[in-house]
Amino acid sequence: MKLMWFHLMPYTELPDDFRERHPSVWVDIHSSLFDPKRAHLMYNDFMDELEYAADCGFDAVCVNEHHSNGYGLMPSPNLIASALSRRTTDTAICVMGNSLALYNPPTRVAEEFAMIDVISGGRLIAGFPVGTPMDTCYAYGQNPSMLRERYLEAHDLVMRAWTESETFAFNGRYNQQRYVNIWPRPVQRPHPPVWVPGGGSVETWHWCAEMDYVYCYLSYYGYKAGKQTMKGFWDEMARLGKDRNPYRAGFLQFVGVGESRQHAMELYAEAAEYFYGRCLHVDPRFATPPGYVTEASQRAGLASQVQRASGGVLGSTTGTRMAAVAREMDAIVENGYVIVGSPDEVVEQLHEVADELNVGHLMLLLQFGNMSKELTRYNTRLFAEKVMPRLRDKFAQWEDRWWPQPMARAERAEVPAFMPKLAAE
Amino acid sequence: MTQDVEAGTVEVNGLPMRVWRKGAGPAIGFFAGYGGLPRWIPFLDALAAHRTVIVPSLPGFPGGERGHAALDTHLDWVVAARQLLVGAGLDGADLIGSSVGGALAAEMAALWPGSVRRLALIAPFGLYDAADPPADPWAQRGDRIAALMCAEPANWTALKAPPGGANSIDWPIEQTRANEAAARLLWPLGNTRLEKRLGLITAPTMLLWGAADRVMPASYARRIRERLRAPSELVTIPGAGHLAELDQPDAVAAAILRWCAN
Repeated sequence: MKLMWFHLMPYTELPDDFRERHPSVWVDIHSSLFDPKRAHLMYNDFMDELEYAADCGFDAVCVNEHHSNGYGLMPSPNLIASALSRRTTDTAICVMGNSLALYNPPTRVAEEFAMIDVISGGRLIAGFPVGTPMDTCYAYGQNPSMLRERYLEAHDLVMRAWTESETFAFNGRYNQQRYVNIWPRPVQRPHPPVWVPGGGSVETWHWCAEMDYVYCYLSYYGYKAGKQTMKGFWDEMARLGKDRNPYRAGFLQFVGVGESRQHAMELYAEAAEYFYGRCLHVDPRFATPPGYVTEASQRAGLASQVQRASGGVLGSTTGTRMAAVAREMDAIVENGYVIVGSPDEVVEQLHEVADELNVGHLMLLLQFGNMSKELTRYNTRLFAEKVMPRLRDKFAQWEDRWWPQPMARAERAEVPAFMPKLAAE
Repeated sequence: MTQDVEAGTVEVNGLPMRVWRKGAGPAIGFFAGYGGLPRWIPFLDALAAHRTVIVPSLPGFPGGERGHAALDTHLDWVVAARQLLVGAGLDGADLIGSSVGGALAAEMAALWPGSVRRLALIAPFGLYDAADPPADPWAQRGDRIAALMCAEPANWTALKAPPGGANSIDWPIEQTRANEAAARLLWPLGNTRLEKRLGLITAPTMLLWGAADRVMPASYARRIRERLRAPSELVTIPGAGHLAELDQPDAVAAAILRWCAN
């Protein structure tokens, strides 16, 4: 299986009374909470951490896009990915991803992803999320009634821009361009692997199956809450006659490794409680812009509401789920949001996650909340040395057809050696 | 209350839009406000007592199917509203528009000046003043919408309560769809640039504003009147919120009937 190191880049100095004093970490979080000079250190720490993870041998480093968000400081993950392209050599670079409907014209995404793919010598994984309501409809002002149509049309435009050899005109419903002809073109042919992070909608599963894309369930609520969604995904794949290749799927999991479970609980409690307490404090008024959830998904949600109420399953959009989250370390671990333990215990639990959810691409959050750089390195190194080797061979019988195909090493540019200074230490 | 209501349809972009009709006498049309009309309301009876009231459903609002999904631009919306108005037999009649419907009623009067005899706008959307912005109806906790829309929240709740025996799945989806349709037309600020076209309106125009409108500030009434070249009058309705016709159906109907009697 693939073990991928994911960074959300949370602002690490939200005040202790953030929940009481501020309505939301997202959309209208107050500018006075942002200190650019402190953020300078955070960004450099975070980029050091991503580079460190690559050095430790993780299969990929992952970044993502958020806007007006106190727990996600990457409005442009492409900026970070381009820096990582120069500071890593063999690690896949997973941009998870660019919210296609937010780019005007969407060929911007085709161009920037092609640039990253070319600079990195073909190591890009191209993530195409619709984007959360907070990012797309509120922070970026996109019309929720048109967001999905725009997303799908932008996808078609990007794909054609990557694959057609001649300059073409695009006469879309939302985008009209007379001359589409991107330079550069991606290294990976016909295009970089496409991964789609999404909630649990049947439409998204069908689309991923039809397009042969990887479906990723990027939940903050861990494997226990993710079981039902991933079961739904695999049931649907079976109905569509697709195999159970675990590399069709990706899943996000928070992990904290220590010498023992108790040691790990002590090490990671502060960072976990910071994340679940402050970072997920989103004003519910930004949860459900009308039209964001399709009527088919609304119907499915309403039909199973009675079941859900008894089963305790979390709500249907990012914002509604966040309102119901556990915030104390015992409950955080009990609910499976964060897996903690000794290397042996973590190995055992991640085997269970991989088996039960049948996911071949495990995206790990080993930095979360206000975790220090020192603790992040500790967690990352311990995982790489003691946990990773015992998970690598899992799913060896399956082929990962959705992994980047870089240029041969001999063909790739020599990147001058870089000695990182410990700038933020 | 709904006795003697005749329900027909007008086709717009291949979908049937519901048209209600009741009463006798000269026709008067109504484009409903935020949330649309999932049920008949007393305001329509107050009009029907004196006139033939004709109520076409705007695309995506209750009775309007998923008609909004075909409308990508403001021009699409304006053309759809025009097709509805003509198809419902309202060309040349008096026209009332409330809230979201007010934005489109004003466009009818501006772009086809002969099509509206006298116009009444109840706190219409369509303008945006950065110094005095309207409330954002799409960024609200669900339990706060009623008090945002009406001076008496129970009036909104009564409009939206599922009728006995209604399909418990379709009803909430239809109400969300109405909010989506309004968003499709007006997201994110409610600004359709109507301000540029107000000067084209020739129909005498009454503006009605709930004294307790918590969505659309009263300053918009002044702003609109400053740009109208046609004769206009402002009526403030005590005890009414944004959807004044829900809070004070008789007072709103009486003011409009007086305005249209001339």
